[in-house]
Amino acid sequence: MRRFPSRRAAAIGLTGAALMLVAACGGEDENGGSTAASSDGAAESANLVWWHNATNEPLKSVWTEVARDFEAQNPNIKIKVQPIQNEQFTTKVPLALQGDEPPDIYQQWGGGQQADQIRSGKVADITDATSEWIGDLTTITEGWKTDGRQYGVPYSQHVVGFWYRKDLFEKAGITEPPTTMAELNEAVDKLKAAGIAPIAIGAKDRWPAAFYWDYFVLRRCAAETVQEAMATQVMDDECFIQAGEDLKAFLDTEPFQDSFEGTTAQQGAGSSAGMVANGKAAMELQGTWNPYVMSDLTDDENLDDKLGWFPFPAVEGGAGDPKAALGGGDGFSCTTGQADACVQFLEYIVSPEVQEKLVTSGSTTLPVNPAAAGAIEKPTVKEIQAYVDQVPYTQTYFDVALPTAVGQALNEAIADFVVGQGSPEDIVAAVR
Amino acid sequence: MAVNLAETSTGRARARPVERRRALMRKRAELTLLLGPALVLFVGFVLLPIGIAAYYSVHEWNGFGPIDQFVGLDNYRRAFEDPVFRGAIGHNLIIAGLSLLIQLPLSIALALLLNRNLRGRGLLRLVVFAPYVLSEAITAVLWLLILQPDGFVDQVLRAVGLGGLVQPWLADREIVLYTLFVVITWKYLGFGIILLLAGLQGIPRELREAAALDGAGSWQTTRYVVLPLLGPTIRIWIFLSMIGSLQLFDIVWIMTGGGPAGSSATMATYLIDHGFRRYEFGYGSAVAVILFVICFVFALVYQRYALRRDTAGALTRAGA
Repeated sequence: MRRFPSRRAAAIGLTGAALMLVAACGGEDENGGSTAASSDGAAESANLVWWHNATNEPLKSVWTEVARDFEAQNPNIKIKVQPIQNEQFTTKVPLALQGDEPPDIYQQWGGGQQADQIRSGKVADITDATSEWIGDLTTITEGWKTDGRQYGVPYSQHVVGFWYRKDLFEKAGITEPPTTMAELNEAVDKLKAAGIAPIAIGAKDRWPAAFYWDYFVLRRCAAETVQEAMATQVMDDECFIQAGEDLKAFLDTEPFQDSFEGTTAQQGAGSSAGMVANGKAAMELQGTWNPYVMSDLTDDENLDDKLGWFPFPAVEGGAGDPKAALGGGDGFSCTTGQADACVQFLEYIVSPEVQEKLVTSGSTTLPVNPAAAGAIEKPTVKEIQAYVDQVPYTQTYFDVALPTAVGQALNEAIADFVVGQGSPEDIVAAVR
Repeated sequence: MAVNLAETSTGRARARPVERRRALMRKRAELTLLLGPALVLFVGFVLLPIGIAAYYSVHEWNGFGPIDQFVGLDNYRRAFEDPVFRGAIGHNLIIAGLSLLIQLPLSIALALLLNRNLRGRGLLRLVVFAPYVLSEAITAVLWLLILQPDGFVDQVLRAVGLGGLVQPWLADREIVLYTLFVVITWKYLGFGIILLLAGLQGIPRELREAAALDGAGSWQTTRYVVLPLLGPTIRIWIFLSMIGSLQLFDIVWIMTGGGPAGSSATMATYLIDHGFRRYEFGYGSAVAVILFVICFVFALVYQRYALRRDTAGALTRAGA
């Protein structure tokens, strides 16, 4: 589970100096194994070092348990589990990949960041090694491909949609969750009339604002157009400008809470997630991790019963698929040293057995192995799973799919636009 | 090496020069011993990183793979062409200017007040100095809560009938920088006051008494005796305040991240945003070098023209 993924992590200001210190200490990690796995066939014996970001329960214990179970089944492989604070991955991984002893398995979110990392030459191409079983998983595995080759495997899936308060919808007289933009605008009006902030957004963190533009693009542009733009980093199709205009029209309805320009997404009761959790706002466009974030920000024990979910509405006249979804996931990459043993472990992680364990322990919202979907118990999550099962395709968040520098520049341009600076053309121009 | 040289030359030399040389050598050994560690640290942790940053800054490098894309001064050009970075420099200068115009007079006034024989003076000094002891991160989070919509500030304003003054303090692009300045003032005012109080302690009581005997009023004494003698302290405060304003980071980063839309970005938040968040280590280094040069040039010029008078008496010999 990735409640606070790095790009969504609370950006508490550690200075660069502190990061440097952390980075400088990074070299100390002794790599347990020097035995290079043979390039073909199963690993003879291996000592794997595993960097994951689960420093919080329940996932932390689950991962340790998974590693021990795997060792019991494969006596020749030992795994050294090293939970690492999520924010440290951005600095630790580049340094480790520059060094001689990178971890054998490490946290990977795919997309452009993965493509950056591959340039180090240390990330293992696992296309052939995973070919037998990767097809059993959902298509989200595409997000861990670079130039058509598989460099990582996800273990959990996220999708972005509107989380809403059923009680506030009822209070405002909204009977059905909106399915079109017209209906969404109508709901916004009704909520305003009832004196309720319609939608909360953590615009200070930029990425929540980017979800809106991303979705308008998915509705306006054909799937191929979007995928080509992600690959070439050129957005010259008219539909990208139209998406900006759609966003502008939506912003003109003033759907967000007061002072949304300075609101964070996940920190404290005043954040956008906190506002929804405490009934101060009715909706938020967020990922599937949101209920976990919200439950930490309120005393309300019955929050789960009050929360509903609906997908981003259809946009009339758009060339895009009205059901296309925006999402992503968490995964792992292998480094070249002991890739065979690593792949063996990854296969175990996505097996129905482990996937079910992730779901039932509350570590993962949506599994990547459809065989584990039956383990989902929460009704809202079941709805989401049912939705995900029938979407034509899931597009990775643009900022993750694009190279990091480009994705962040895009987020900045979108966030600026949402707070009233710049034009639809400026957003497209931010992608160089 | 010095030892060898000395040995070969002692043979032919006469006694007195030998002694003199030995003394010289001892002095050198002493200097090496005392300065060596500091020098190694300074070179290793100050000069070398600056050099490495300068090297990175002429390359396009995202932290992975070899550093082989030499781009010359493109990174510097890009920085100066980016309106967000130009804005950031402007914001740093605004903060610096406001510090001079508002913090300085305020610090002096409060220091003069606290230097008097007031009841509860110790407690007042403690209260004024307390914010300075808090870490920047705590200060920022504290003020985030105080300034959030319907937070403490808004409620107090409404309670006293000034509800019309309530603003989106950190969300309005026009006022966010000034909101931050208030927080910075709250945080650092105590430091200025303590510095100036120390300066005031150094002014001999006799001078004021003499002025009083000559018929000077309280204001005249302050204006013509105390303030001029406080000059060196004020100049040091200005120096520290200017450098602090140029390198402003923590509070801004936590409270606004430089937003909304870059309206509160400083050079340092811009640097971290690009260098670490976007993996643009080459470009980030160029920004770091620019920040360094601005601070360094300011420090040199200020030392040369403003602080020289203060250090002059201490360094020159008799007759100066």
